[in-house]
Amino acid sequence: MPKLYSGAEIVFKCLEDQNVSHIFGYPGGAVLPIYDELKNFNSVKHILVRHEQGAGHAAEGYARSTGKPGVLLVTSGPGATNAVTALTDAYMDSVPLVCITGQVPTHLIGTDAFQECDTTGITRPCTKHNWLVKDVNDLAEVIHKAFEVATTGRPGPVLVDIPKDIQFQKAKYKNFKNKQKLNGKSHNNYSQKNIDELINLISKAKKPIFYTGGGVINSGTKASELLRELVYATGFPITSTLQGLGCFPADDNQFLGMLGMHGTYEANNAMYSCDLMINVGARFDDRITGKIDEFSPKSKKVHIDIDPSSINKNVKVDLAIVGDIKSVLTSTLKTFKKTKKNFSKSNKFQISNWWEQIQKWRSKKSLEYIGSEQTIKPQYAIERLYELTKDKDTYITTEVGQHQMWAAQHYKFNKPNRWMTSGGLGTMGYGLPAAVGVQIAHPKKLVIDIAGEASVLMTMQEMSTAVQYNLPIKIFILNNEYMGMVRQWQELLHDKNYSESYTAALPDFVKMAEAYGCVGIRAKTPEELDDKIIEMLNSDRPVIFDCLVDKQENCFPMIPSGKPHNQMLLGPKDQKEKKITGKGRTLV
Amino acid sequence: MANSKSAYSSAGKKQKLDTHIIVVWVDNEAGVLARVVGLFSGRGYNIESLAVAEVDQKKNISRITIVTTGTPQVIDQIKLQLKKLVPVHKVADFKREDKNVIFKEMALFKFVANNGKLNKAIEACKNFNPVILDKTNKSNVIQITALRREIDNMSKNLKKFGLVSVSRTGAVAMTRGSEIFK
Repeated sequence: MPKLYSGAEIVFKCLEDQNVSHIFGYPGGAVLPIYDELKNFNSVKHILVRHEQGAGHAAEGYARSTGKPGVLLVTSGPGATNAVTALTDAYMDSVPLVCITGQVPTHLIGTDAFQECDTTGITRPCTKHNWLVKDVNDLAEVIHKAFEVATTGRPGPVLVDIPKDIQFQKAKYKNFKNKQKLNGKSHNNYSQKNIDELINLISKAKKPIFYTGGGVINSGTKASELLRELVYATGFPITSTLQGLGCFPADDNQFLGMLGMHGTYEANNAMYSCDLMINVGARFDDRITGKIDEFSPKSKKVHIDIDPSSINKNVKVDLAIVGDIKSVLTSTLKTFKKTKKNFSKSNKFQISNWWEQIQKWRSKKSLEYIGSEQTIKPQYAIERLYELTKDKDTYITTEVGQHQMWAAQHYKFNKPNRWMTSGGLGTMGYGLPAAVGVQIAHPKKLVIDIAGEASVLMTMQEMSTAVQYNLPIKIFILNNEYMGMVRQWQELLHDKNYSESYTAALPDFVKMAEAYGCVGIRAKTPEELDDKIIEMLNSDRPVIFDCLVDKQENCFPMIPSGKPHNQMLLGPKDQKEKKITGKGRTLV
Repeated sequence: MANSKSAYSSAGKKQKLDTHIIVVWVDNEAGVLARVVGLFSGRGYNIESLAVAEVDQKKNISRITIVTTGTPQVIDQIKLQLKKLVPVHKVADFKREDKNVIFKEMALFKFVANNGKLNKAIEACKNFNPVILDKTNKSNVIQITALRREIDNMSKNLKKFGLVSVSRTGAVAMTRGSEIFK
């Protein structure tokens, strides 16, 4: 007779078979049997967070920096509801997460029992799929299926809800054979004809542009390599979404910087004026397209995406290639090399006018700002941080707001999986716990959370987690005492009515760092900034860096709402030169 | 427009709406209907009517028939989003005008009236495959099968014959001829 395992044991047998080395979690009544088994499974290390949202974001940071699924374990009721923000965040940004929740015993479900909530009901719209396990004999199959759904196709979060009695009951466990098959929902669905068509468009284009997104990063590091190869082979310019940063080297001449609401002048104008747009793993998000009716009006649009429902969702495209980026790019390069030898040289003339135009846009230097010797400009702080860390293999997470956009604009990413930011949901408080997860996955690497003082307070308690596990994360706070992006919108669009966007009673972050048992550093002037950053980098402990920056600085360039890409609002330097006219004023 | 105070773009032009019948084959498991219906409400799609029942007891397959309206783009999204759900096996989509597809709804009418009116009621239903399910001296229950619009009209017009209660199903659909949807 085969050995019988309890439900709790089966959970860990499954995690072992899925090669899970770390789980992020918080115990509670309905998951106690699972926590009881933790001691018997040494290959799975549990990281105790301070709030379940932190567990979720840490698992996201772990997943995005490794390409492996992140796993979190939380209790029923409030444990599950606290995880909902992180699950939704992962759903929006396509991060593979497996969330295991405890549930009240089966016979109490539906009775409003203590710490009961309809977990599968609440998380249905924010997961790819979820399961309530009502029979211990189904448990193993469900958990393995959960990993499969989370990691195949367009990745995303899943949830397995396990009632407490199921955790005690016993069943057989069959060893799991890792079969790499897709869940039938998202296999490659393109033909050589599509590829030929794409290459035909490439060879005809006079004003082409690659527009790349997080899908490239989700497809694995090989996909980024293939993308670089294709971009170099074509000689075309490339721009990236917020989530795609790092899949192409930011310091390369062919890279036009990020596009979208706070993207560069050259990237957005090139998107507007191009005649061929090749979207690789991006989803025509509203922060990217601006006004849909006037989005890139003259271009042929190609969309390469693994998710069929992303095609034609926001923008109608001329050629859709549904498939995994890695596999599509492999096919494209294969055909391209065969049929278009020395293309970038022979084609140089055809796109030379386009590059000249791009250089003109570039000469606007849209990311420039007015420097200062008295106060630290936030852009300057990021530039210095970049200069002082660029030789290290640095992982950057962010919170949400102005600092996030400045980080995206001024920190140059050259590798995929080095940039973890909440783009789709825009979750303030994401960066600190995400940094915890990244540091767990990469204990020897430099991990910095570029933060705002408002965002970071939302999940500040996770500093305690960082201290407990000796995670030397660096929390680099651009402190302007305002919810900066809110303040910016209020200045530009709500007649400077700064309603509730100023935080009057901020804590002393240096003392706070000391209270948590980590290092606190404050920089007040541009002069001392470099030394203080170096002091932070030299510390082998967690650091909270309180960088006091200009309180009025706005994030430019910017596409005002409802405007197309060619009507950007540039920084104060440009505005001074131009003298805002009547029409310009209505823009802001 | 130029003075928009929103962080979001304003809505584009309104497009023409078409009525479509979407047929979904799903695993008959707990919560599957909530997943399908939740997808519609969560993404702001319409449901005009809904019919669902298990059609294959061995394989545990249910067939959901949904009548919906939307622009061509929205109808495409509905199909693609449905196909992404894990318990969904296949999705079919028919235009209401499609002559190759049969649509039917069933309704139960209860009449309370004198004999003369009750007979007139039966007479009025004769084009819609009436079945008399129950009959007493002063009442009867008639089952009809018809199109949505026809049942709408009937339930209005039959008031005068003592119609007191209407119960009706959502539409179900099937293609004509020997072909089946794969």
